[in-house]
Amino acid sequence: MHIPDGFISTPVAVAGIAVAAGSVAYAVKATNKKMGERQVPMMGVLAAFIFAAQMLNFPVAGGTSGHFVGAALAAIILGPWSAVLIMSCVLMVQCLIFQDGGLLALGANILNMGVIAVFVSYFTYKGIFAAIRGSKTGRLVAAGVGAWISVVVSALACAAELSISRTVPWQIAIPAMGIVHMAIGVGEGLITVAVVALVMGTRPDLLELQQAT
Amino acid sequence: MKFKWWHGVLILALLLVILSPLASSSPDGLERVAEDKGFIHVALAPLFNIFPDYVVPGVTNEAVATILAGIVGTLILFGIGYGLAKLLRTKGEA
Repeated sequence: MHIPDGFISTPVAVAGIAVAAGSVAYAVKATNKKMGERQVPMMGVLAAFIFAAQMLNFPVAGGTSGHFVGAALAAIILGPWSAVLIMSCVLMVQCLIFQDGGLLALGANILNMGVIAVFVSYFTYKGIFAAIRGSKTGRLVAAGVGAWISVVVSALACAAELSISRTVPWQIAIPAMGIVHMAIGVGEGLITVAVVALVMGTRPDLLELQQAT
Repeated sequence: MKFKWWHGVLILALLLVILSPLASSSPDGLERVAEDKGFIHVALAPLFNIFPDYVVPGVTNEAVATILAGIVGTLILFGIGYGLAKLLRTKGEA
């Protein structure tokens, strides 16, 4: 759901840039001098993995495709502020080098997929995980639901930006964006659960990395 | 150099890139909504192009061009993520 330039008005784009810049600045402050030894390679490989996985668009109903976002995966593994940094790096490279997402719209894209998606998935994941009291299945359910809802909520944020920009009325944008991303979010949930399960099965210690932060 | 877990993850990411020519080329969720609701035409062309649409320009085989773009992007992001984390790491740790 990378917004191209033209879809959102200049004031909305500028507001997006301001919020995104503030979030990234805070994320740097929150993580500065706190990255542990093993978080360094994890930040590198997670950014690389998320970029690569985002290239693999999968078909959903009706001649539409969706792709992995990765905000939930990053938030689950490294915590929300590190995840904001990873997602912002991915979105900046996609915008500047691959012309995926507009230059002026970069702030809005970081806000939707790098900030809103991260915090929605993180709190959903933490909440469900605490409620089920930390069984293995509980962690996977929490990861899947967190990932699904992150895609839906960031699509709704995108729809709100489109309607504030008067590109499309909200009565049309909200249901249309919501429904298609409820389907795409299932893919996000499945991929996130698969990767978290893989980490749990091979290196469960890596899931505790963020507790050092 | 000893093989570490994250070497495996980086290799996995590069292997995923090899699958990228098989990815669905249908419009994504936002593009679909923009087409159906009639506002796709307001999109502006990018101000500049480097590897537009994840294709390295000048490579005639499209699958190869996509894989090359993906490898470049994956390695750049590994470098940025690793470098950024290194700048932010705990003081005193090597």
